[in-house]
Amino acid sequence: MQEIMKKKALTLLADGTVTRVLGWKRGDFVYDITPAVFETAEEVETAFVYNAFCGSNLSKYLVKESRKEGKTLVFLKPCDSYSLAQLLKEHRVNREKVYVVGIECYGKADVEKIRDKKGASIIRSVREENGMLSVRGLVDADASIPLYEVLLEKCESCKSKKHPIYDELLGDEGEVVEDCNRFDLVARLEAMTPDERYEFWRGELSRCIRCNACRNVCPACTCEKCIFDNDVSGVAQKAAADSFEENMFHIIRAFHVVGRCTDCGECSRVCPQHIPLHLLNRKFIKDINELYGEYQAGADPDTRPPLVNYTLSDAEPSIVHTRGGKDNG
Amino acid sequence: MQVNTEFRPKIVAFCCNWCSYAGADLAGTNRLQYPADVKIIRVPCSCRVNPLFILRAFQRGADGVILCGCHPGDCHYTTGNYYARRRMTLLFSMLDFLGIEKERTRVEWVSAAEGAKFAATMNEFVETVTKLGENKRLEDLRCKKS
Repeated sequence: MQEIMKKKALTLLADGTVTRVLGWKRGDFVYDITPAVFETAEEVETAFVYNAFCGSNLSKYLVKESRKEGKTLVFLKPCDSYSLAQLLKEHRVNREKVYVVGIECYGKADVEKIRDKKGASIIRSVREENGMLSVRGLVDADASIPLYEVLLEKCESCKSKKHPIYDELLGDEGEVVEDCNRFDLVARLEAMTPDERYEFWRGELSRCIRCNACRNVCPACTCEKCIFDNDVSGVAQKAAADSFEENMFHIIRAFHVVGRCTDCGECSRVCPQHIPLHLLNRKFIKDINELYGEYQAGADPDTRPPLVNYTLSDAEPSIVHTRGGKDNG
Repeated sequence: MQVNTEFRPKIVAFCCNWCSYAGADLAGTNRLQYPADVKIIRVPCSCRVNPLFILRAFQRGADGVILCGCHPGDCHYTTGNYYARRRMTLLFSMLDFLGIEKERTRVEWVSAAEGAKFAATMNEFVETVTKLGENKRLEDLRCKKS
């Protein structure tokens, strides 16, 4: 796949269709792949990488890149192109300046899970072939691990392999995954008592170090100035001093992307503390689906997002008292 | 000297300027009794209240927050309360998801003619929150006076 993509990028660069390529390059290790912009053929030739660790979503970078002179070629996985479609809906990206190449995706690997499986802390190289990962460690023997056993959390409950938007497609056009069971965990939490839920979320959110990675990576968080960057807010760029701040930051962060979150799962993937932040977003998506009708952000350019829409017969907020959720004791 | 140790909740009531604030006024002119624990904050419309307002109220020591607006269909700005309704439903559901007592938050539609409803709602809400006791799950210890 990497070679096909490279060839595509080089052709489009050479014939002048695009002036830069947005893709991935290697970081310090084989498994920390970072997004990168390539402007010349040599750069693409030497640094462009596409492998099982290219989990990161490139669509957010287009907000900046699409304002530059000339077209940008971007490689998007299905979940990423949902994000781009949503950004286009919000007029955050200039469609004319973007050349989208959709790529097929069967899920990306989580290096932590590979470590757990293999038991090696130092991974020297990983090769992907036909859904199998050959992992070479520094000291111990090589291992062959099926990709589906070490998928990223977000890929385990992949909602769609279909691209809502593209100019060109590499690989097969997938389908929307109907039975992805992505709300299972949310439903499990809902079935708990409020005390249990409170304990669960204190345990998770109290680990937050306020690195803002979840906000910075989120393709829906594209405000020029974020409310959390307000110095007088008392929560700008500093570790939470009180449990209240942890709650507030995460509630508001999730609330600000209600109806715009495509559930790409990047927030949880980048969290250095492994907080399952996507559950907050999914809770909102689940509520919207149940109360206001099925809605998938980014799937359809014409529908009105749920929070800027209403019907005369919407549920009253008191519905929270009656639906689901056990009481204490 | 006797110290009053009985727990009195702090309630913040966001009232829309056009209906509920006038309703509260009517309750006053009618001499209807409701607890002095309710602190009213006037807002231009119920949809002016953003989720952060509710959380900030809890942070600064509120034990319960109630949002009052015009009845659906009667909004001074035609549709404001419809948007507020969706927002608050989702926010309250999220607070419940995080294990924060759902009885501490409420939305009530009170028109300018419903002074009696305003007083009754506040009486009932204060009673509910008094039973729940102090807000511990969304408190900010730095904002607590010792």
